[in-house]
Amino acid sequence: MSYMLGLRCRECGRSYPKEVIFVCEYCFSSVEVEYDYDAIRKVLTREAIASRPKSLWRYRELLPIDGEPTVGLFSGFTPLVRAERLAGALGVDELYLKDDSVSHPTLSFKDRVVSVALTRAKELGFDTVACASTGNLANSVSALAARAGLSGYIFIPADLEQAKVVGSLIYKPTVVAVDGNYDEVNRLCAEIGAKFPWAFVNINIRPYYAEGSKTYGYEIAEQLGWRIPRHIVVPCAGGSLITKIAKAFRELVRLGLVEGRLPRLYAAQAQGCAPIVNTIRERGEIVRPVKPNTIAKSLAIGNPADGYFATSAVLDSGGWADSVSDEEIVLAMKLLAETEGIFTETAGGVTLGVAKKLIEEGRIPRDEPIVICITGNGYKTQEPILNRVGQTISIKANLASFETAFKQLVSNRLSNQEQACL
Amino acid sequence: MPVIVRVPTPLHRLTSGQGEVRCDGASVAAILEDLERQYPGVKERICDANGKLRRFVNVFVNDEDIRFLQADQTPVKDGDEVSIIPAIAGG
Repeated sequence: MSYMLGLRCRECGRSYPKEVIFVCEYCFSSVEVEYDYDAIRKVLTREAIASRPKSLWRYRELLPIDGEPTVGLFSGFTPLVRAERLAGALGVDELYLKDDSVSHPTLSFKDRVVSVALTRAKELGFDTVACASTGNLANSVSALAARAGLSGYIFIPADLEQAKVVGSLIYKPTVVAVDGNYDEVNRLCAEIGAKFPWAFVNINIRPYYAEGSKTYGYEIAEQLGWRIPRHIVVPCAGGSLITKIAKAFRELVRLGLVEGRLPRLYAAQAQGCAPIVNTIRERGEIVRPVKPNTIAKSLAIGNPADGYFATSAVLDSGGWADSVSDEEIVLAMKLLAETEGIFTETAGGVTLGVAKKLIEEGRIPRDEPIVICITGNGYKTQEPILNRVGQTISIKANLASFETAFKQLVSNRLSNQEQACL
Repeated sequence: MPVIVRVPTPLHRLTSGQGEVRCDGASVAAILEDLERQYPGVKERICDANGKLRRFVNVFVNDEDIRFLQADQTPVKDGDEVSIIPAIAGG
């Protein structure tokens, strides 16, 4: 049973059939999936959801497919971690981490959107899928296409982190490293997509793909015991995730699954690539593109396709936006690891760094529930922190060698403490 | 040799199915005017009621976004390529 009615332009409201249409023929805005919410309300209860497997497909009626899910059956439903020690470090009362750094199968929130995109691509009759990616999407399309038996063409900027390149190649898609930044890859793919009969997950089947991000929001609400948190800090690249989290909470309220005020959303970007943050802080309408220069490569999109919608989502929610330096990103990655045992990628450092800043500035009150979105895994982006994580202690394989080293370690610590006291 | 203009798929109906057309003009604005002269109806699709490019339309001159150049006053010369691309991909 399908609850998907069709597609609708997000700008001028024109309707389209649920086919491979990604842009309004009239005003060039993106189109969005429309659902039969009255029908969904009758079947999608808290009890029905609770009875289903712990994957993103437990919200299947709110996802854009006609038949049954076929890809990514184990993706989603990642932990919502109550972060007591980090809360102490930040001086806040109630803090949670939505931790997609352990998403199945490729350790980022992109498994959500790709599960939905590839299920839909198969329904639409495609045998080849493709993407333009900053790395995480490349990994996810490569892995899930392999399991689904689809051919994959992956387009990435040539300067990506090695782990993200290897993490695509292992699944044996065709990986094309483009001499250019992500925005150039993206533009190229828009032109390739017009000539080749492939499902470009983030281009021609983007309306379906993007809906997968809503599950990140549904899970936050469900895992809080069907509550809406007051504040959510979200990393922004193209601007789709934050827009879809806003939509997720609106839908849950509309369906009566949760009650109360919608959450305030905060956009987090790196200072070296902050077009959405700039627009929000100027309360502007036009998103001015930038040339990215940051260690947070997964967020390095200078020309965000959903920048306008992301800006509206944040300002409409009563939220705000901020950016952090590369140094602050590294410090936040270390803080998260040292307090909560979670190794996030640079994007997670951006999100935590911005959350810290917004709390210190008083933008986010210390006594209200806060969720920080951790969307990717640090094992993939080790380069920026290689020289920032201390060193191993080398010893011989005997007890005396360890005891000597241990004495040295203790005396170093004591003298560090003395210095700190002075 | 005129300027080559790459037209996005949704406008192919207005350009007799062509993805690439040739236009004359010394700036992006002039190129868009010539495009409208040759293929009436194109301009109202890519520009709003005030004649400004719609916010979901990106224009590139030789692979550079015109917002990094001089917007619609960006100069063009014969042989340049102007691409009109919906701001739709990403992520």
